[in-house]
Amino acid sequence: MTLVRVIALKEFRTYFASPMAYVVAAAFLAITGFFFVASVSDAFSEATIRGFLAGAVFFMIFMSPALTMRLLAEEQKLGTLELLLTSPLREVEIVLGKFIAAFTMLLIMAFLSLFFVLVLYVYGVPDSWPIVTGYMGLLLYGAATIAIGLFASVLSPNQIVGLVVGSGVLTGLTIIDFISARVTGTAAEVLNGLQLGASFSVFDLDSFGVAEAGHFADFARGIISISDIAYYLSVTFLFLFLTVLLLQVRRWR
Amino acid sequence: MIKLEHMSKYYGAYPAVIDASFEVLRGEIVGFLGPNGAGKTTTMRVLTGFTPPTVGEATIAGYNVMTHSLDARRHIGYLPETVPLYLDMTVTDYLTYMGQIRGMNLSWIKERLPVVIDQVQLGDYRQTLVGKLSKGYRQRTGIAQAILHEPDVLILDEPTIGIDPIQVVETRELIVDLGSRHTLLLSSHILPEVSMICQRVLVIHDGRIVADDSPSQLSNRLQHTERIELGVTGAEGREVINLLRDMTVVVDARSDIRADVQQRAAREGAAALLVDARPGSNAAQHVAASVIERGWGLKYLTPLPMTLEEIFLELTTEEDLGA
Repeated sequence: MTLVRVIALKEFRTYFASPMAYVVAAAFLAITGFFFVASVSDAFSEATIRGFLAGAVFFMIFMSPALTMRLLAEEQKLGTLELLLTSPLREVEIVLGKFIAAFTMLLIMAFLSLFFVLVLYVYGVPDSWPIVTGYMGLLLYGAATIAIGLFASVLSPNQIVGLVVGSGVLTGLTIIDFISARVTGTAAEVLNGLQLGASFSVFDLDSFGVAEAGHFADFARGIISISDIAYYLSVTFLFLFLTVLLLQVRRWR
Repeated sequence: MIKLEHMSKYYGAYPAVIDASFEVLRGEIVGFLGPNGAGKTTTMRVLTGFTPPTVGEATIAGYNVMTHSLDARRHIGYLPETVPLYLDMTVTDYLTYMGQIRGMNLSWIKERLPVVIDQVQLGDYRQTLVGKLSKGYRQRTGIAQAILHEPDVLILDEPTIGIDPIQVVETRELIVDLGSRHTLLLSSHILPEVSMICQRVLVIHDGRIVADDSPSQLSNRLQHTERIELGVTGAEGREVINLLRDMTVVVDARSDIRADVQQRAAREGAAALLVDARPGSNAAQHVAASVIERGWGLKYLTPLPMTLEEIFLELTTEEDLGA
């Protein structure tokens, strides 16, 4: 565990060594802030964070791979991966350390966004429970997107490849509802089951940018369901596992 | 400390290293010499556990690099060919991080850091970003990370490549100094460099280890020889050697050659011999004639295709100042 912490700490510091962390956090707050404002500024609008959540789940399709694209691609490009893999380190320690660093960035942004919640409590009387479950869902969803981003980053020494593949996979899992809406029976159920959570109908504030069939919908409504939690955790574990596997396979080539 | 047994490494169908075996004892400084693309880096990657061998085994400090990988890796300090550095960290931060990854605790790192920085003469650059260092200083930073955790075995892949001549001299002095504390294997494609630093030289060419000798012995053999391998029946190896050594075209004849060649010859009832002859003397013909004249059987006679000298021609034999 010490080694995981060492790697996580190093990556976390690296985020702040460049403008990267600040730029991403600023973009996150600006975009989610726009959605938040749009959702609560009408007369008689509800005091909820659903607008914020819509912006967040949508934006993370691009933000998570942007946060993770450097993590494993750069090690390959600089040749430092050779050092890591010839040090007494396990592949899983490398991957977990990097995952934790990126997830911590997400936690910080989630923390900063609590400002929106504060605004709600100052100017309105919001229902607290959906806010709690909304944030819980957001972190689970975020973990899954970061795991996918990290997986994309191991594929190539080129960071752009990581970004494009990561966003591509996330987009694919997001627009699945376009397909599932057009098929019936088991196929539709399976596709619905894979729906990551965001929806591209973000500008339609009635659906709050959250896919109705997706695993995020219930969290946004204030419902915690085991199947949704299991889905996000499975996606996270699956992609972290694949990342470790690819690092191991890399040796054998 | 370092042991490689019948290791071959294939990339797809392409053989990078074929049946390489050698051993480096504690405290030895061994040079791994070969032209570019001979298989030096691949061998080092196998030894450090970065790439698994296709067949054969590698052992570091008694630990198999594949089955007891973590234990083996704890004993290695490694400088890959492209010096792996995080460009956005300072020298101190980088070395501290590398130490931690090697399992050192902070108090040990704190104790070692000034010693190592002094050793590689990076004193003025402690707080400099690695990305701002010149090539030579980057190389030193790379060496520093390899020795920080006081590994038993130090593996340096082309440690002097691409740095300016003055720094090359300093780096070599540093390596000789390191050799007094570590078991050291370093690769190079520059002949004088290896002779200068190492007590023993392994020559690799086209994936095969073709010589394993001290630098002075190697230069002796470089005195223009042509090699012939032959198998003789009906005589003791000793007798044949005596006969051959008396011939004017023969520089030396011996029977202490590779075990697999000896065994193959023995199965056919022949004694296997290796002859170093003067080049251009038509030695193969003379040797064959002499053997047959004695009434012995000549089972086979093979001029070895690549002599050491030809391999050395591909090496950089002079100090290349432009490199």
